[in-house]
Amino acid sequence: MPPSDALPHAVVVAKDFLAPKVTRYVISAPDIARRRRPGQFVIVRLHEGGERIPLTIADGDPAKGTITLIVQEVGKSTAEMAHLIRAGDSFADVVGPLGMPTHIGKFGRILAVGGGIGVAPLHPIAQGMHKAGNHVVGILGARTKDLLIMEEEMRRACDSVRIVTDDGSYGEKGLVTDAIRAETEASGKADLCVAIGPLIMMRETAKVTAMLGIKTLVSLNPVMVDGTGMCGGCRVTVNGESKFVCVDGPEFDGHGVDFDELLRRQRFYVPQERSTYETFLREHDHEPKDCKLRRMEAAATDKDSP
Amino acid sequence: MTTNNERPASPATPPIELPEHGEPKISNKDRMAIPRQPIAEQPAAERVNNFFEVALGYDQKTARIEALRCIQCKKPLCIDGCPVGINIPGFIKKIAEGDFEAGIGILKQDNVLPAICGRVCPQEEQCEKVCTVGKKNPPVAIGRLERFLADWERETGKMTPIVPAASTGKKVAIVGAGPAGLTAAADLARLGHDVTIFEALHRPGGVLVYGIPEFRLPKKIVEIEVNMLKKAGVKLHNSVVIGQTIPVEELRDTYDAIFVATGAGLPYFMNIPGENLNGIYSANEYLTRVNLMRAYDFPSADTPVAKSENVAVIGGGNVAMDSARTAKRLGAKNVYNVYRRTRVEMPARLEEIHHAEEEGIQFTFLHNPIRYEGDKDGRVKKAICQVMKLGEPDASGRRRPVPTDEVLELDVDTVVVAIGNGPNPLVPRTTEGLKTKKWGNILAERSSGRTSLKGVWAGGDIVLGAATVILAMGAGRAAARSIQQYLTTGEWPEPTLDS
Ligand SMILES: Cc1cc2nc3c(=O)[nH]c(=O)nc-3n(C[C@H](O)[C@H](O)[C@H](O)COP(=O)(O)OP(=O)(O)OC[C@H]3O[C@@H](n4cnc5c(N)ncnc54)[C@H](O)[C@@H]3O)c2cc1C
Ligand code: SF4
Ligand code: FES
Repeated sequence: MPPSDALPHAVVVAKDFLAPKVTRYVISAPDIARRRRPGQFVIVRLHEGGERIPLTIADGDPAKGTITLIVQEVGKSTAEMAHLIRAGDSFADVVGPLGMPTHIGKFGRILAVGGGIGVAPLHPIAQGMHKAGNHVVGILGARTKDLLIMEEEMRRACDSVRIVTDDGSYGEKGLVTDAIRAETEASGKADLCVAIGPLIMMRETAKVTAMLGIKTLVSLNPVMVDGTGMCGGCRVTVNGESKFVCVDGPEFDGHGVDFDELLRRQRFYVPQERSTYETFLREHDHEPKDCKLRRMEAAATDKDSP
Repeated sequence: MTTNNERPASPATPPIELPEHGEPKISNKDRMAIPRQPIAEQPAAERVNNFFEVALGYDQKTARIEALRCIQCKKPLCIDGCPVGINIPGFIKKIAEGDFEAGIGILKQDNVLPAICGRVCPQEEQCEKVCTVGKKNPPVAIGRLERFLADWERETGKMTPIVPAASTGKKVAIVGAGPAGLTAAADLARLGHDVTIFEALHRPGGVLVYGIPEFRLPKKIVEIEVNMLKKAGVKLHNSVVIGQTIPVEELRDTYDAIFVATGAGLPYFMNIPGENLNGIYSANEYLTRVNLMRAYDFPSADTPVAKSENVAVIGGGNVAMDSARTAKRLGAKNVYNVYRRTRVEMPARLEEIHHAEEEGIQFTFLHNPIRYEGDKDGRVKKAICQVMKLGEPDASGRRRPVPTDEVLELDVDTVVVAIGNGPNPLVPRTTEGLKTKKWGNILAERSSGRTSLKGVWAGGDIVLGAATVILAMGAGRAAARSIQQYLTTGEWPEPTLDS
């Protein structure tokens, strides 16, 4: 296919809300849709002066030339995406697929552990692993029922699914680590665990699987700038060595990752970013009754701890 | 107006009547008596508060007087000193005569990016190093004259468009829009080929836009060069990472020739304890945040950069000087340049070192960081540096720094590591059959840029390692010549790759 005629033009084809502060975008990006493999990500820039935002690709349709991103509103840029971008609009750029794809192979029994919106990028991996002949057990965690996404899709991709919520509003009450223990007790030690979600969830998962002796892959999401290995801002220590997540990852041996260092690095710009986020929300204070997001946000308040 | 390359204060310029056309009649003695002309600059105290260009350039009169200092050598050593062999006395003579149009014509025969090279070339290591006048007096200010012509051409709207020859129907892909890629694109478009540039970032220019700061090279200049290419029909696709979005293999199906000019964009760290603390950046990240992402304009632009009081910049090259001076402009109180050798060994351009000094950068020579300490939030608070002394000269002839038992603790909240860059791995890693050196630089024949893969050329920093703009430009030219030859003859003689 001549690449020059089929470059990503980054139009938002569809947009819908999945859960409070969680939005799905379907974006036309033919070259990326054709090339991307589970585990890879893109970098999106909304407009001139915008940040380069790394986002994991949740799904792709090479025939339609689209990719799907599932994005949680955590700061100004993702809020802008959620509040201001409409279907039909274009992003300034979408570049990718970046990073190394997940190694899909035959491992045996696999735990596919997803927390929060981590379920979205986990889904194509579970699908791929299932197709490759593995027995895939999905373990999905969320703070509360409303925040659980893609349950149906995961049920289709996995051989069985366990669901846990922090508040017990759906599935079992507990954390994904409880479900991993329960699953291990019930069916024995799995051959591989793939965990994607908030850093703390991945850290705790890795602790438990290390104890259980289950090889574990985690997908990291550090601060990034270029996503091509040029800046080193995404570096993380794995087994004592510094790695660039955007070119060496994003998946790494969960038992070797220095999660605490990564947590600190992720939080470095939080004070600066919090103020721009607050300013944004103030300046875009539209009528709550017209805003679906606001309603969902209201529904989700006081469930805001990780 | 301040002067710096001319210290101690230079003697006054004798009065010279410049006719409108042609050179004034002056004796050789008078010619020799003209001091090297200073260039107007923003005063240091002012410029540390802004990102505008530091050197403001020669006016016409100053340029013509400086040009008179050239004695038009029979055997011009300066040409040998220039990596692309510009006819230096030729363009200088035209400046002296006041015929700037002819001057820029001569200059552009060998250098398609003179406004850029005039600003960033290490002239004191190249043409000006060997200039005959320089044996007794300060050398002719070749770089400033080059810049003068290019600025004159741009500012008077006299830039000659690239006129493509009749279409050849051949398609050429260029990977990377740095100086190497842009130069090759210009030459190939002129020859009538259908040229497409693929650039990984959202803006073309390579190091010229993400690395070298505005105060040294205004982005506008790069933008104008890129627009000239677009007007000549060159297609530019930003945000396409070759090897990721499209593999080289696939480009080979569509394009008759491919030039890989992906640069040396992989920052080295020292791998010492504490280097992943918050506030420790590679120079690439620090400069990219500020230049490409405009973090100096945060929160108007969305990308932040650390707020700093005390900054240590590690390294002695241009990249280190750019980082240190950027930190100063972002408001840091103390900016230390930590370099393990001494001032004479610094690889940075002389002018940048002068400028850095004037701007209050504190040079900490003969020191080498060995570890960093952080506070409770993981932000760096101390750089522990080993004191060095100079030992025997190494292979490069520079005296090797050797550690002593002494250490210095610097209180810092930000560190910028500017110790060099390796080749970007994305293309080599994803292109089977493309031979590389041990550290990942692509192997290419020096004279032509041809690689181990038929129809694939490479040049610039991806081949040479972190080098210079002019060498990248020269490599772009050489590759364009070789591509032209291949596209017209179809011949691909086995390249010599062991250089
Ligand atoms: C801060 C700094 C200051 C410097 N100062 C000077 C100076 O004063 N004088 C001087 O002569 N030299 C200087 N240099 C060095 C000089 O800039 C480089 O030697 C020169 O830019 C190399 O040109 P290039 O075209 O080979 O590569 P680059 O300028 O690095 O351009 C490569 C381009 O390729 C793109 N790319 C990479 N991978 C891919 C891919 N897979 N697909 C698509 N695109 C890709 C990159 O994004 C980039 O835009 C400096 C360098 C730095 C970093
Ligand atoms: S070496 Fe110096 S004096 Fe001689 S031609 Fe070149 S610039 Fe002029
Ligand atoms: S994001 Fe810049 S190197 Fe990974």
